[in-house]
Amino acid sequence: MITTVAESPVNYLNHQTTLASWLLTKDHKRIGLMYMVVVTIAFIIGAVFAALIRTELATPAGDLVSSDMYNRLFTMHGVAMVFFVLIPAVPAILGNFVLPLMLGAKDVAFPRLNLLSWYVFVIGLCVTLFAMVYGGVDTGWTFYPPYSTDGSSSNVLAAGIGVFITGFSSILTGLNFMVTIHRMRAPGLTWFRLPLFVWAVYSTALVMVLGTPVIAITVAMVAAERALHLGFFDPKLGGDPVLFQHLFWFYSHPAVYIMILPPMGVISETIACFSRKNVFGYSFVAFSSLAIAIFGFLVWAHHLFVAGISPYSAMVFSFLTFAVAIPSAVKTFNWTATLYRGAIWWKAPMMWTFGFMGLFLIGGLTGLFVASLGLDVHLTDTYFVVAHFHYIMVGGAIMGFFAGLHFWWPKMTGRMYNDNLAKLSALLVFIGFNMTFFPQFILGYLGMPRRYHEYPPEFQVLNLASTAGAMVLGIGYLLPMIYLTYSFFKGEKASANPWLATGLEWTIQSPPLPQNFLVQPVVTEGAYEYSKREIKVA
Amino acid sequence: MLSGIPLFPPAASTLAPEVDALYFFLLGVTAFFAILVVVLVLYFAIKYRDDTGLKVGAPITGSIPLEIGWSLVPFFVAMGIFVWATAVFFHIVRPPDQTLEVYSTGKRWMWRFQHVDGQREINQLHIPVGRPVKVTFTSEDVLHDLFIPAFRVKADAIPGRYSSIWFTATKTGEYHLFCAEYCGTRHSGMIGTVYVMEEKDYQAWLSGGGLTGSMSARGEQLFQQMACSTCHVNDGTGRGPSLLGVFGSTVKLSTGQAVKADETYVRESILTPQAKLVNGYQPIMPTFQGLVNEEGVLSLIEYVKSLGSGGTGGQQASAAPAPAAAAK
Repeated sequence: MITTVAESPVNYLNHQTTLASWLLTKDHKRIGLMYMVVVTIAFIIGAVFAALIRTELATPAGDLVSSDMYNRLFTMHGVAMVFFVLIPAVPAILGNFVLPLMLGAKDVAFPRLNLLSWYVFVIGLCVTLFAMVYGGVDTGWTFYPPYSTDGSSSNVLAAGIGVFITGFSSILTGLNFMVTIHRMRAPGLTWFRLPLFVWAVYSTALVMVLGTPVIAITVAMVAAERALHLGFFDPKLGGDPVLFQHLFWFYSHPAVYIMILPPMGVISETIACFSRKNVFGYSFVAFSSLAIAIFGFLVWAHHLFVAGISPYSAMVFSFLTFAVAIPSAVKTFNWTATLYRGAIWWKAPMMWTFGFMGLFLIGGLTGLFVASLGLDVHLTDTYFVVAHFHYIMVGGAIMGFFAGLHFWWPKMTGRMYNDNLAKLSALLVFIGFNMTFFPQFILGYLGMPRRYHEYPPEFQVLNLASTAGAMVLGIGYLLPMIYLTYSFFKGEKASANPWLATGLEWTIQSPPLPQNFLVQPVVTEGAYEYSKREIKVA
Repeated sequence: MLSGIPLFPPAASTLAPEVDALYFFLLGVTAFFAILVVVLVLYFAIKYRDDTGLKVGAPITGSIPLEIGWSLVPFFVAMGIFVWATAVFFHIVRPPDQTLEVYSTGKRWMWRFQHVDGQREINQLHIPVGRPVKVTFTSEDVLHDLFIPAFRVKADAIPGRYSSIWFTATKTGEYHLFCAEYCGTRHSGMIGTVYVMEEKDYQAWLSGGGLTGSMSARGEQLFQQMACSTCHVNDGTGRGPSLLGVFGSTVKLSTGQAVKADETYVRESILTPQAKLVNGYQPIMPTFQGLVNEEGVLSLIEYVKSLGSGGTGGQQASAAPAPAAAAK
């Protein structure tokens, strides 16, 4: 059993309480919470757009909003969710909070830079919100030219600048995490004793640092073409629109791994803790994260199979796409095997974990459909793709985020939440999600194109089912906001280690001291030695 | 139309059953793996449940044979799917030699089709059943995508270049035609209908229109109007190369490279003549960018095609580069 921690009445939340003490903090834990506030705001905005989209699609006619408004809604839903929720959710919120704790460090390597990243992120969001209010954006979150550089009359420039700025937050955070993991590990904390979450965050940081500059350049080129008529992409100016797609997806496909790798890391933590076992095949799970990060850079053109690339190049990218599926399959099998002969504790974080596994499984397997050249011709640009990426990026990433949030919430806030409500909301999200997005696979095979404001009447029944599911999903997401807010102020006090988990973050009080550790911890064993530790108790 | 929930689109081309077979195979494979994992997770979660939180799991850390097994099995399954899907893909992107040619331009927010015999239509495409049809198209403004779900084909329409889809319809009827690449305000209104007709009905439809003359006749008219004919003299003595038999042949360029004279090449030679200069000719041809619209370019291409295609004629033209290249 883990030794009891002497509780200090002072912690990182209450040692200073002024607004300035938050806005000027260099404490990674406070910065993590500040990201949570901003990301939650972006999530609510994105969710409102989603609700309007689904309501419009309840009927085949465009009767709720105009076509121009509908196009702005799905664009701004995508921009808000991708750049301001999915990319930062796990690394910037949970990563910031737990990474230094897991390493036995006082903070990240560059605390001041960490605060700067948050400000850059907020400025990027503000510029993007400005674009949404003044003119909106209607290019789709993909900003494909020549529509984005010539055709659209919306405020593409401001939205592009917003995304450009936000990218630097990502780059700086990635850099910070990489240096932290290399330089700040506690004595004895070798690479193969690291929690798998750290491996996942490291892989993610690699993608952030290598990939994000490319999207920054690409968006800058769109801005230059739009504002100054420099001909990069528009054929009228001598450019090539397909070049944009190569550049865009060179970042934006790896960006999917920025979204899903950290939640995968979370799942490795929760599944070990609530099975009270070692993660099966630790090194395979660790290296599969790296493999995904590296292979992820080699598959971008699978978004271009019908965009006029050579069939032979399509063949190569299809092959590489199938190859990148293998590390994801390996992870899933290892998680499943971890459960075997475990002692499975049905607490709320584990329910979110099961939800993640179910949705990620469907998302991953349907990826095989769109990786298949002959099928992708029919499926691409339809609702099949919409369903597929929502299963990965929302089903997988957001379920994983909630698993992590429920797991570390007692550490972050020093409070417990209502376990039954948390389980109920995991169930509602799981059911609501499947109701919303499963019918979209069928719609996709039927041929309903994405980004359609109006659609032929025979697609209505499935769209109605999807809209009904979105309501259930909405309630599932609303519940945690209520019971977690309640918990933050009124929840039962949490002990240092309510889950009896391994890991350095559980050896200190909840919420932690401002300086995290009073004494420098020394690590003498692997990350998940549940069996060894607990024998003393039993 | 709303009776029952549709689960499966009509399959009305020779490609559709190939794509559907792949789809059902993948459904089977993925359902197998999904059910396997879900059943195992649920079984373990229930069998090994312990709500005290105090028990520990068995000290198992991993198994190399299992890791190898569950890496290799999915890999081989994936490779099988890859090979099959790629074979289907090559059927989709490689049209047969003899096709009925239709040309199209996408523009916000309509599809315009031109038949070789002269008929033009908007957001409607009439084709005969049982004959391979190839639609060659481009865009006049932003990206579009020509998508016919019942035939399981689609391709992006990209300004500045040509794309094509081909299909052999197997069932008469009316099918959706969608724009599948987001193109602005009325993207969802850029839809139409494909009418697949019996051959005799198709012939009747053809004879009903076409008062403006065939595409190549229109192209020839443009060829004269824009004075192309003053330089591109058929006997090869003009300031520009003869166009007899050029289409489909291999053209030797001033850079020493060779290029196949396809639709894209002819289009480029009209709009940006200096980009690929034929060996032995001066860069004197002016650009026709802005002087001829996309439909005009397509008519000109159809006219160039009518002058004979690679190897069938025109080899007599002294400057015809293909034999020169071969002689080398």
